[in-house]
Amino acid sequence: MATKKTNDENSARGYLKRISGPVVEVSNLTDAKLYDVLRVGKQGLIGEIIKIVGNTCIVQVYEDTSRLKPGEPVENTEQPLSVELGPGLLKNIYDGIQRPLKDIEAKSGHYITRGINVPPLPRDIKWEFTAKVKIGERVKVGDIIGEVQETELILHRILSPYEGIINKIKSGKYTVEQEIGEITVGGKKNNLYMYQKWFVRIPRPCAEKFPPIIPLITGQRIIDTFFPVSKGGTAAIPGPFGSGKTVTQQSLAKYSDTEIVVYIGCGERGNEMTEVLTEFPHLKDDKTGKPLMERTVLIANTSNMPVAAREASIYTGITIAEYYRDMGYNVALMADSTSRWAEALREIGGRLEEMPGEEGYPAYLARRLAEFYERAGRVQTLGKDERYGSISIIGAVSPPGGDISEPVSQNTLRVTKVFLALDAALAQRRHFPAINWLMSYSLYKDSLDEWFRTNVAHDFPGMRDKAMELLQKEAELQEIVQLVGPDALPDKEQVVLFVTKMLREDFLQQNAYSEIDAKASFKKQYLMLKSIIFFYEKAIHAIDIGVQLKKIQDNLVTMKIGRMKEIKENELEKLSELHKEIDVSFTEIVKK
Amino acid sequence: MKEYKTINQIAGPLVFVEGISGVSYGEIVEIILPFGERKKGQVLDISESVAVVQIFGTTSGINISQTSVKFLGDTMRVSVSDDMLGRIFTGMGEPKDRGPKIIPEEKLDINGLPINPYSRECPADFIQTGISTIDAMNTLVRGQKLPIFSASGLPHNQLAAQIARQAKVRGTEEEFAVVFAAVGITHEEASFFMRNFERTGALEKSAVFLNLANDPSVERLITPRIALTVAEYLAFEHDMHVLAIITDMTNYAESLREIAAARQEVPGRRGYPGYMYTDLATIYERAGRVRGRKGTVTQLSILTMPGDDKTHPIPDLTGYITEGQIVLGRDLYRKNIYPPVDVLPSLSRLMNLGIGKQKTREDHKGVSDQMYAAYATGRDLRSLSAVVGEEALTDTDRKYLRFADEFENKFVRQSLYEDRNIEQTLDLGWNLLSLLPEEELKRVKSEHIEKYLKKNASVRTC
Repeated sequence: MATKKTNDENSARGYLKRISGPVVEVSNLTDAKLYDVLRVGKQGLIGEIIKIVGNTCIVQVYEDTSRLKPGEPVENTEQPLSVELGPGLLKNIYDGIQRPLKDIEAKSGHYITRGINVPPLPRDIKWEFTAKVKIGERVKVGDIIGEVQETELILHRILSPYEGIINKIKSGKYTVEQEIGEITVGGKKNNLYMYQKWFVRIPRPCAEKFPPIIPLITGQRIIDTFFPVSKGGTAAIPGPFGSGKTVTQQSLAKYSDTEIVVYIGCGERGNEMTEVLTEFPHLKDDKTGKPLMERTVLIANTSNMPVAAREASIYTGITIAEYYRDMGYNVALMADSTSRWAEALREIGGRLEEMPGEEGYPAYLARRLAEFYERAGRVQTLGKDERYGSISIIGAVSPPGGDISEPVSQNTLRVTKVFLALDAALAQRRHFPAINWLMSYSLYKDSLDEWFRTNVAHDFPGMRDKAMELLQKEAELQEIVQLVGPDALPDKEQVVLFVTKMLREDFLQQNAYSEIDAKASFKKQYLMLKSIIFFYEKAIHAIDIGVQLKKIQDNLVTMKIGRMKEIKENELEKLSELHKEIDVSFTEIVKK
Repeated sequence: MKEYKTINQIAGPLVFVEGISGVSYGEIVEIILPFGERKKGQVLDISESVAVVQIFGTTSGINISQTSVKFLGDTMRVSVSDDMLGRIFTGMGEPKDRGPKIIPEEKLDINGLPINPYSRECPADFIQTGISTIDAMNTLVRGQKLPIFSASGLPHNQLAAQIARQAKVRGTEEEFAVVFAAVGITHEEASFFMRNFERTGALEKSAVFLNLANDPSVERLITPRIALTVAEYLAFEHDMHVLAIITDMTNYAESLREIAAARQEVPGRRGYPGYMYTDLATIYERAGRVRGRKGTVTQLSILTMPGDDKTHPIPDLTGYITEGQIVLGRDLYRKNIYPPVDVLPSLSRLMNLGIGKQKTREDHKGVSDQMYAAYATGRDLRSLSAVVGEEALTDTDRKYLRFADEFENKFVRQSLYEDRNIEQTLDLGWNLLSLLPEEELKRVKSEHIEKYLKKNASVRTC
């Protein structure tokens, strides 16, 4: 789909009538359609029609509108907002409307100036294209017509945008703009390129969606064990500032077992994106040892960049994610933060003088949020070979004052299946990840249990439920302790408190900045949890046969449990040894 | 230059001008009153024939028939030069001392442009402020934006002045240039800073912008932007390390609300405009490091939380934009502890980039985390012991209680002129941690316990 330039002056040209912040009014665009992209003013700022009233189009402009004057010309590109999809997306960093920030720097220096027009995909790189279809072959939409090794980690599959018969196709070195072949579609000939365009607000189609039965392995103990996310699932992370949303998002981006990561920094801090940018090229992928950046696309529309482009950034990101899903990859999409996106909607809505819904947000907030999360899922893609891909969306929410009764949190929770509640009180005592285990939930738990039983251990779900039960019990006991002090509790209940402290400190807490602890395999998680539960069972048994509580509390094996996290993945037999040591230590205590 | 006498409506700080042409959005306007007085304003909304102009200052004296409006053809700019250091300016950037006029090296748009995230560089140089609670537990790094969340009646000005006085990057002789923006503070507060700067000789490396409480509130929206434009210019064109102090951002937000109300905009939470997050971001985000430039802008803004409420929109939105916050606590202040930094809600997001081996000391992160955890436990136990009595607590719990008390008295408390270096601060931390049983110290590495704990253990008599 190449850009169609129109020369029909009368219908495609209008002029500026009114300017009010990021929203402007344009007159005389006769054939304009809703969501057409415009070039506004002499500098050609990018804008999008969001409302049409009679002869006037209301346009949101993706760049700063200072110094625009009424009467300046406006040109209609007659196409909705779209992204370029093709080799060169990975390792790139884009703004909210897919302008490459690296190339912007080359053009305008450290600051982003206005009216810059740079193509999203690099035009000068020649990619080694290998054709996968023969001349004369009939292809359908989504069939693989060829491959490009985009980065060392990722093989980029070129998908046919048409249904028809291949006339010409040839392997070789091409730039994205050079033709790689030709296809006959219903008697008409079309050129084939390595890239295609797609309208960001329209989901890319798939053959079939599947239920969530495979977990997204994140390496984060509290998530994997207690609140698992499935591949193709959706999760919301709401939390007040300083509770570790971004660190959690970044950990998930680093350690999730997906092939592709799309990270959207939506209205957040500039330095945070820089951190990702400086860190990811150095972080190594576990399986291949190649930098994580090789499989990452970054979208950065920081808080001080134009608000309308922030609104678009979420759609730009999800469309790119869908494109890689269609190649048959598992994609993790991080959106940090969806609240800023909702605020952009509110700001634009306010400028349009729309009737506001709750807390000034537009009435269509719920629908827009649901539409976005609905683009997640595990699917069979289009195309004749059976390909499966998935998009898991992890959206951060920043509720004002940390109070999740506000509309963005509530509407998000209605559509997402995992809720990871971040808790400021935990963060303050440096309990990270500061996910509150009593408030959080995962609706995927039951559908994933089958997978856990076959792939981790048959007793894993049971053990997890046991641990959760203990943590619940602890919360109840704490209330009593607040009134009468810990010594007044019966021994068995004090054992519960003793063990749950272990669970909290030695299992749930995980140090994102420690090389060893930042990621834990399912095997390690299982063995760690097993040690603690084993300790609990032994301790309860000891109390039953009359052992003093003090002896259990002074059991030196607890020190070893406290250092479990520091055991490396290749030394997991140490954890099995620890089980024996627990056993031995209790035998000795009981003997005395 | 186009001049009009076609005002048709005046409402609050807004003036509606008719029959105009060729006027651009955001343009600066000069208003000439009947008796020759001149005021400035800016175009807020422009259609084919009507411009809505926001006046900086009061609108009193403006009338419909005799006032003329001149459109100056450009957005708000400030003249910048490195001669601005050592000078005092009004909130609009005009010299306020008796010095000569500034000869501009450049005239810059005060709104600046967003820094390309790709061009940024991660802040990583540890700034030693000499204040233990900041250096050890909420480390400030060069290029960070770290606000002080204070409340009425707390000594945030003293703290800010102490930081400005003591801040240095270790191992370098590079000094900070200070850009100080007073936004709607009282004359008394402003003169506290001025005296302080004068006495310590800091004034020579400072540029001061004063918008005082009785200055027009619309100007408050301009002052921080002018100050940051100057800060960016000094940092990125003249390779200086700039510490930008803005006080008080609460006054800024109040002005923003006042103007939004005058424009009859749909209000958001507590009457503040819905775009306040974006607006604050255009101020706070103007800090950082840029690749290929030596200079940096570090932002230290002060805001007073209305009603000590951290969830109030002003501190709330600020916290979502800035890289952490230093929170002052009234309880500590009541105990007569200076600086009353409440470490638990405080945070520095960039801390990990600036600490550790070669930067501060290898044990820094562990000590900090351990003290956070221990102090939090101690504080919880305080309320518990108030109910059940200290006797009902376990031995370990009593040690935590003692730790929390000592922490406040020895670690948090320091004098106005006490400049502790990071080694002193961390050693003091170990000294306090030695009050706890060794097996409780799970956040510090075992080898660091060997290396530092014994050396700094406090001699205990009890």
